[in-house]
Amino acid sequence: MREMTADPYLGKYITCVSARSTDKEILKKAQDGGIATALMVYALEEGIIDGTIVAGEGDRPWEPRPIVAMSREDILKARGTKYSISPQIAWLKEATRSFGLDKVGVTGVCCQMQAVRKAQLYPINMRDVPGKVALTVGLFCMENFPYKSLQTIVEDHAAQSLGSVKKMEITKGKFWVHTERGNVSTVPLKATHKYEQPGCHVCLDYVSSLADISTGSVGSPDGWSTVFIRTKKGNEVWSKAVAAGMFETKPIEDVKPGLELLTKLAKEKIDKNRKTLEERRNFGVNKALRDPYA
Amino acid sequence: MEMLNSIKKTVGGEGKPTQVATEKKMEATMEAKPVANKIKLGHVHLSGCTGCLVSTADNNLGFIKILDNYADLVYSLTLADVRHVPEMDVALVEGSVCIQDHESVEEIRETREKAKIVVALGSCACYGNITRFSRGGQHNQPQHESFLPIGDLIDVDVYIPGCPPSPELIRNVAVMAYLLLEGDEDQKALAGKYLKPLMDLAKRGTSACFCDLMTEVINQGLCMGCGTCAAACPVRAITHEFGKPQGERDLCIKCGSCYGACPRSFFNFEVIDEFEDISEIIAEALK
Repeated sequence: MREMTADPYLGKYITCVSARSTDKEILKKAQDGGIATALMVYALEEGIIDGTIVAGEGDRPWEPRPIVAMSREDILKARGTKYSISPQIAWLKEATRSFGLDKVGVTGVCCQMQAVRKAQLYPINMRDVPGKVALTVGLFCMENFPYKSLQTIVEDHAAQSLGSVKKMEITKGKFWVHTERGNVSTVPLKATHKYEQPGCHVCLDYVSSLADISTGSVGSPDGWSTVFIRTKKGNEVWSKAVAAGMFETKPIEDVKPGLELLTKLAKEKIDKNRKTLEERRNFGVNKALRDPYA
Repeated sequence: MEMLNSIKKTVGGEGKPTQVATEKKMEATMEAKPVANKIKLGHVHLSGCTGCLVSTADNNLGFIKILDNYADLVYSLTLADVRHVPEMDVALVEGSVCIQDHESVEEIRETREKAKIVVALGSCACYGNITRFSRGGQHNQPQHESFLPIGDLIDVDVYIPGCPPSPELIRNVAVMAYLLLEGDEDQKALAGKYLKPLMDLAKRGTSACFCDLMTEVINQGLCMGCGTCAAACPVRAITHEFGKPQGERDLCIKCGSCYGACPRSFFNFEVIDEFEDISEIIAEALK
């Protein structure tokens, strides 16, 4: 096994590659390289997990709803980024109860990976959870939006009907909205800042540092993902999946823009949010706001 | 990392003998010489339901392993015949205190005097929990109406919140308390870091409710809608509306689990970032 890298902005990892799934059906609706979907499908088929929490379809268009998926079909339903809050961890304990799972998979963003690890080390009314988390796949995440924010951005700023949207994307300084009929609208990110979820402004993780495997868009070309293999479990699953032909991979060093851009964005996020945390210490007059990391 | 690696090598009771000869020798001496330096553990039962002790026992062979290698159970009315509170390194106290019951008040005071580390085991001891709703008027002690979490009568060192508390958390605290009292310097440092947030909870106060999520998380601009609180709630009083916690406060039994489990109550990176190594250390200790 390769020596562990410990990067102050990218977290601890064994290796980092650019990758995409070889499963054409998965790629059809995947946000990027189909890594999260392909990994969970592979883990399910190999018996590494017997179910996984994914962001399924909610009641309103583009509103995610966490579900416990126990089939390839249900996992595939969760493809594509929904830029709104999906309380994934709400099902973590239930997955080990009425669902009767022994090996639970969890997908989610950085803070949700943190929640899983906290539940594993400090299980507070989380009986059985520590030993039954089998695989976590974390997404990179810069910030998230409440549903009403997403509605405002798409319907007002981008002037699109949510029901017509095929894909949303935040990249190259813009919020992109692609419609089913082929239209593309963009919103400058600057206009979206005020709609961000405030709780995201104290987040010190960009690349899901606590996941077994983390994956995201930045650093790799369109249709590909940047993937960090972090834990022993992650390494075992990834190695087997690659050997089984589940993924095309390239060393991240051979890919543009690669780790340089990723590190830059991670640093921007963490530095900005550290500053926010700092400011919270003197938010009032001789009064501070609470610091969860203190 | 270095520290954690060195700990991994030293924890684990008799460890893994590399030669068969050593193994045989150990077997021969095992009965003659009991495991040295076990800590003294007690279970003190106040106004609780014994569910916290059941959770402790639900560590199954892990509990037996702890009793074999790391701790002697010197007091537990449910499990042993010791009638009076003895000296203890760690007292696991479950239940709250009825202040109209003289014996109970005496017992919690005595527990503090006799124990090096007092742990409030479970939500009744930490926060009052369901006994918060007690108000007397029932046969045959209608005057038994006021119940307080133990932290309102004595200083408490560590909280293990939860109703029921998770077996794994009780196990972790027991192992870490052993390392704190009997480990080498590195192990003591790790145990201190691990226990810190549970000690901070004990300093923070003795009341709990769904409202903690409002006052300490959402109102503070810290909630990011992860959903953990809903998973932790034992009575399904929490749902999420548009990604934010919605509390059914007449269902809430005031156990404090949701705030405790919330990753924006405490999140100690220095421990949680090392989840892989620390999980291995605990597993190794129980092997």
